[in-house]
Amino acid sequence: MRTLCAKAPKEQPPRKLSGHRTARLRDTLESVPDSSGATEGEASRRVGGCAEALRSPDRGGSDEAVPRALPDCRILPGIFRVTDHDSEDHLEDIPLDALPLDAWHRARGARMVPFAGYEMPIQYEGIVAEHNWTRESAGLFDVSHMGQLLLSGPDLDAAVEAVLPIDLSTLKLGQQRYSLLLDEEGGVLDDLMVSRWPDALYLVVNGATKWDDMGTLREALPDDITLNYLDDRALLALQGPKAADALARHATGEYPLSALTFMKFGRFQLAGHDVTIARAGYTGEDGFEISLPADAAAEIADLLCAEPEVKPIGLGARDSLRLEAGLPLYGHDMSPETSPIEAGLIFGINKRRRTEGGFPGADRIIREIAEGTARKWVGLTIDGRLPAREGAEVFAGAAHVGIVTSGGFSPTLGAPIAMAYVAAEHAAIGTALEVEVRGKRLAAAVSPTPFVPHRYYRGS
Amino acid sequence: MRYYTDEHEWIDVEGDIATVGITEYAQGQLGDIVFVELPEVGALIEQGKDAAVVESVKAASDVYAPITGEITEVNPALEEDPALVNTSPEDGGWFFKMTIADEGELDGLMDEDGYKAFVEGL
Repeated sequence: MRTLCAKAPKEQPPRKLSGHRTARLRDTLESVPDSSGATEGEASRRVGGCAEALRSPDRGGSDEAVPRALPDCRILPGIFRVTDHDSEDHLEDIPLDALPLDAWHRARGARMVPFAGYEMPIQYEGIVAEHNWTRESAGLFDVSHMGQLLLSGPDLDAAVEAVLPIDLSTLKLGQQRYSLLLDEEGGVLDDLMVSRWPDALYLVVNGATKWDDMGTLREALPDDITLNYLDDRALLALQGPKAADALARHATGEYPLSALTFMKFGRFQLAGHDVTIARAGYTGEDGFEISLPADAAAEIADLLCAEPEVKPIGLGARDSLRLEAGLPLYGHDMSPETSPIEAGLIFGINKRRRTEGGFPGADRIIREIAEGTARKWVGLTIDGRLPAREGAEVFAGAAHVGIVTSGGFSPTLGAPIAMAYVAAEHAAIGTALEVEVRGKRLAAAVSPTPFVPHRYYRGS
Repeated sequence: MRYYTDEHEWIDVEGDIATVGITEYAQGQLGDIVFVELPEVGALIEQGKDAAVVESVKAASDVYAPITGEITEVNPALEEDPALVNTSPEDGGWFFKMTIADEGELDGLMDEDGYKAFVEGL
């Protein structure tokens, strides 16, 4: 665990990357995949920012504090090269860190790719097989690249409410809630989970944005609020209709695992290790996110994968599962250039805050809630089998009305699906639109989301 | 005679017609293929230029013409069952047939042993 004691330099928010139309076959085979890879460029920026911070500590806090604040950058200054961040061609230049389960993944035949500054498993036996296994049984996802943060200190709730549009007066011990880190203009810097721990708030933020988030939080929070980066913790997600059965055989604690309903968390023991388990996830299925000591990660991953219901699942299926569930992916479906209102994330702005404001970007958010937005994030079903991917343009007749932000082939539906920003007048469910892929117009229709129904456990 | 490219395509030459597909290695790396966009019959394609696009669950990848020629036939089975490229990449999952405008272009390609060594070196 590392404590960010002083103000770390604040990075500029990540820029959205321009997408390639297609990759050369050779490039696809030998580098990162399109659909899961675009945050890499952001990771490279972040790493660059760290290196820059070490060279120029006067940008942020005291000379001493900055290396302590961003300790994992220690190896970078001599190695890091300045890259063109609008290109994905420089990814090999980034030194990649290994996550606690790196060897564990490789031993199970995972294909590893650079993602969010780490080498991560894109797949084991194949994306479709892993996707379907998760929908039918239970999949174990290593999400240890995500940032686990702990905030504590005097008047914590008021301090955090000045930074996040959350209503902490209604977040009780043992509850978890989705929230948003916004910039002063209301653009999305990250989406995150906030949980109430005894005398602390526990945050899980995206891997590719965690260094920026720590900088943003450190700068925005008073100095007497302690920000701990729990880099001695790993994070595993166990997702699927049989996840509860498999996990209940091993989780012990003050109360049974079945006491957890969706978006609740508690302290448990797994194989003698203290863990926290939240009933939440990113697949639309019932499931759990388990925060555990990094040095116990391999033992616990083995324990869970020894259950007949459980197989390890890679990032590729994680992306197709979340797309079917209609869940946004930061850096693709939202960015500093999008507001949470046009992204349909109003639930991330808690009710009291919609009138009271008092968080970054509140003016714009409150105005957009009252007046609506010019464009909306919608689901699209697409005729035929050709997937429309991120960057594909959306048309209503001759008029260009939007752009796809996530798209692919749905293994569950056997058809292409996409999420897109479209002009509000074309956003009604059932509206017929067209998506252009390589000069061809594909018939599409605005669809309700999720594409595949959520199956969260809300109590028997 | 079967030739291979460093773009992981194979070319089977029979008389004056070449059949083109992607290799076992390529399909394994691409993963589950959900769509193959094939060229028009009659199209003239230059060596190294776009000939087809293969869409897997994770990405779209261009397939380039391994030689210059005219497309004479495309594999109709791929429209109904693009996963044939996964299950039978070097046989039933062929992409298209083309004429051979310049036999000299074949000289620059690898034979089976050469390609095998190339893949092992990746």
